[in-house]
Order: sequence, then structure tokens, then C-alpha cells
Amino acid sequence: MINKVINFVEDTVSDVQDGAVILASGFGNAGAPNCLLEALMETNAKYLTIVANNAGEGDYGLAALISSGKVSKVICSYPISSGSTIFQKLYNTKKIDLELVPQGTLSERLRAAGAGIGGFYTRTSVGSLLATNKEKRQFNNIEYVLEYGLKGDFALICGKTADRWGNIIYNRSARNFGPIMATAATTTIAQVEQIVKLGEIDPEFIVTPGIYVDKVYLKK
Amino acid sequence: MNSQKNQMGLNRRQVAWRIAQEISEGSYVNLGIGSPELVANYIPEGREIIFHSENGILGMGPAPRPGEENGNLINAGKKPVTLLEGGSYFHHTDSFAMIRGGHIDICVLGAYQVAQNGDLANWATLDTSKPPGVGGAMDLSVGAKKIFVMMDHLTKDNEPKLMKTCSYPETGFGVVKTVFTDLAVIDIFDSKFIVREMVETLSFTQLQSKTGAQLTLSDNFKTLTPPNLD
Repeated sequence: MINKVINFVEDTVSDVQDGAVILASGFGNAGAPNCLLEALMETNAKYLTIVANNAGEGDYGLAALISSGKVSKVICSYPISSGSTIFQKLYNTKKIDLELVPQGTLSERLRAAGAGIGGFYTRTSVGSLLATNKEKRQFNNIEYVLEYGLKGDFALICGKTADRWGNIIYNRSARNFGPIMATAATTTIAQVEQIVKLGEIDPEFIVTPGIYVDKVYLKK
Repeated sequence: MNSQKNQMGLNRRQVAWRIAQEISEGSYVNLGIGSPELVANYIPEGREIIFHSENGILGMGPAPRPGEENGNLINAGKKPVTLLEGGSYFHHTDSFAMIRGGHIDICVLGAYQVAQNGDLANWATLDTSKPPGVGGAMDLSVGAKKIFVMMDHLTKDNEPKLMKTCSYPETGFGVVKTVFTDLAVIDIFDSKFIVREMVETLSFTQLQSKTGAQLTLSDNFKTLTPPNLD
């Protein structure tokens, strides 16, 4: 019997290795997989690269993980927000690297990786500092910039409801990066608020089919 | 933008009101973080507009009543909002496909500077003491059908923000359609700033002296007369 449900949070991230690329869902705190990020903090893995929209806020979740010194690089669109003091302090003292990516390009790079697409051309950032040294190409006399797919070793996502096959639905705007990151990592781990029996989620409404999900953890 | 009552110009609620008048029935509209969010408060009664939020919402409604906030339902500025009947949620890649794919009719953004050819600078200052952040600004600037800018006419240090060329790093090039400031409504056409409306407390010469590039008075010029909104 397939059962992707993991009972102990420490078993969700125990195989994360040094140097792993971790995709972490969330837009601010909405949809941030804080349980899983805090479990990752308790492992020995270090030199992690985090891919997320933001760089954590307050002293919990992603901010706590960054503050633990295990993260050497953040790939995100917007690291500064109210309460994002931990990242800013490490950045200003050059203890953490930042790769800044426009938000739509970030999500499309993840989509590409999850869909087996090596790269794509977008108009976003053309001519700006963020397109420096990137390959350009014209289509119908409009200039585009080449962006590469962005694959993770692990995706940590946050859903509302799951079943033992790993089918997931989300909670309002906490959906954000979850469904895309789920497709873009070798191993996808979801923390959810509720686990139901197979068949209880209307198949017409499943957002992330279980094929993309490896482990499900019921948030305590 | 200047939140204090400014005798010469509009307060930011009045600028938001002016922008709201410009948005037609049935438009799909994205409002940038900060002052542009106020535009939603001044849509004329009976006019149906659908607001898009980059974090995956169509049909975004106003702020909830105190006590009814939900941390899973927030806007691009990460503030609690509501969903109107008929609204929908979708993931980030769909949201930015809507943006880059030209499905958003109007996007209202704040800006540090706008150049007379429509270049927009709104993502980075020259201050290196903070990490840079870009968010969705570059995607919105190239993707929305029309870019409206909502900003003060001058910086806090009385420097012009409407320029021949931007001195701050650009977000998008040739993308701005209309600039709404506390002093004027200025269209960009053929690499010129065309003054469509301005406040009556100022002469055209005075407005020109507050602007870093040549202004042209529109043939359809009108006085900018917003309601009192304190």
C-alpha cells in the first residue's frame, strides 16, 4: 500500500545532504513550510541553497534556518520586507550570497525545471542590471533574455489537505509557489493541516497530483 | 507619497481617486505595493473592476473587518485582504503567465523616476547598504497592457522625478503610459511628457520648473479638480 504520510517531522528532512538546493514555498508567511524548515534546522546539513520568494521574517521558519548559519545562498525575488532583519544582517556582512531573480522569472524557472524544459526566453528584465551577461535573442523584433530552469534537490511546501497518495489542495493565497515547487525537486515534502482518506478530495479539485509528492507530514 | 496635507497639490487619496476614474468597467487591474493599493477605495459606485494580485488572486476584495483577517489570504504587500464572489486562487506561475502574457489591462505602480520615453525606475536605489529586491516589478512593467505610475512630482529633497533619462536603475524601458502625481496627470506619447491635467494652484511654468524634462501642454488640457478627501 502506498503511504506517503510521515509521522515524525525529523524523518521528513533527515536525508538532506550538505550543499542541497532547497525550494521553500510561501509568499511572506502565507504558505511557508515552517515546520519543515525548522526540522531542517535540527539536521547536520549545511551550505544549503534556499530558493524562495522572500528571505524569511521574524525569528521563525526560514529566518530561523538562515540564522542557524546552514544557508550559504538565497535565490529569491524580494529579500527585504518588514522583519527580515536576519537575512539583511548576514548579507551586509557577506556571510550569505544572494541571487536576485524577478518573481515571474523565478516561478517560470521552477516550472521549466519541473516540466523538463532546459530554459526559456522572457522579456522580463531585458536591458536591466538583472539581465547583465545573459544571452539575448529577438523574436518578432522583440528582445528576450534566456533564463534556465531551476531544479531543487528538495521542495518543502505547505498545503491544506492531503491524502496518502500525496494529492494536495491548498489554502487560499497560501497556494503561491507550492504547486510549482512540488514539480521542480527530486524529493517533494509537504506539510499539511489535514489528511483525509483516498477519494475524499474531489478529483476535479486536486491542485497537486500525488505524482509530484514524496512525503506528507501532518502539522502538529 | 506625501501623506501630509499639501496646500499646493493633491494628497495621495486624491491621486488614488484620480487614477480610479481612469479605470474602465470590466478591466483586470494589478495594484502595486503601497500607495497604489489606495486606488481600489475610489472606484466609482457600480463600476465592476477585477483586481489581480501577483501572489495568485483574481477578484481580490477590500481589507477584512478587524478580527476577520486570514493569514492565508494576503495581497502583494502581504496585508490581509478578502475575496469577492467569483474570485479565484491560482499558483504563482499562472499568476505571472497572466502578467507577462498581456492579460492584465492596467497595472498601477509607484516609482522613483520616470523618463520622458516611458522608462521606469522603481526597483533599486543607489543605496547599497540594503540587499536589492525586485519582486514582480519587472514582470509587471513589461507584461501589463498599460502601466500607470502613481508618485509624488518631486522627491522629499525637491528633486524632479520626471526626467529626460532615469539616473536610478531601470525596471522597464518605454513602458509607462501615464503618470499621476500630486500636481498633474501626464501622458507619455512619442517620447514626450504631455500634461493632460494639472492643479490650478500652479502655473505651467512652475510645473515645468519642478520637472526634469520638457513638458508639453495637451490640446485637451483640463484643470485637475479632485473631491476633498482627507
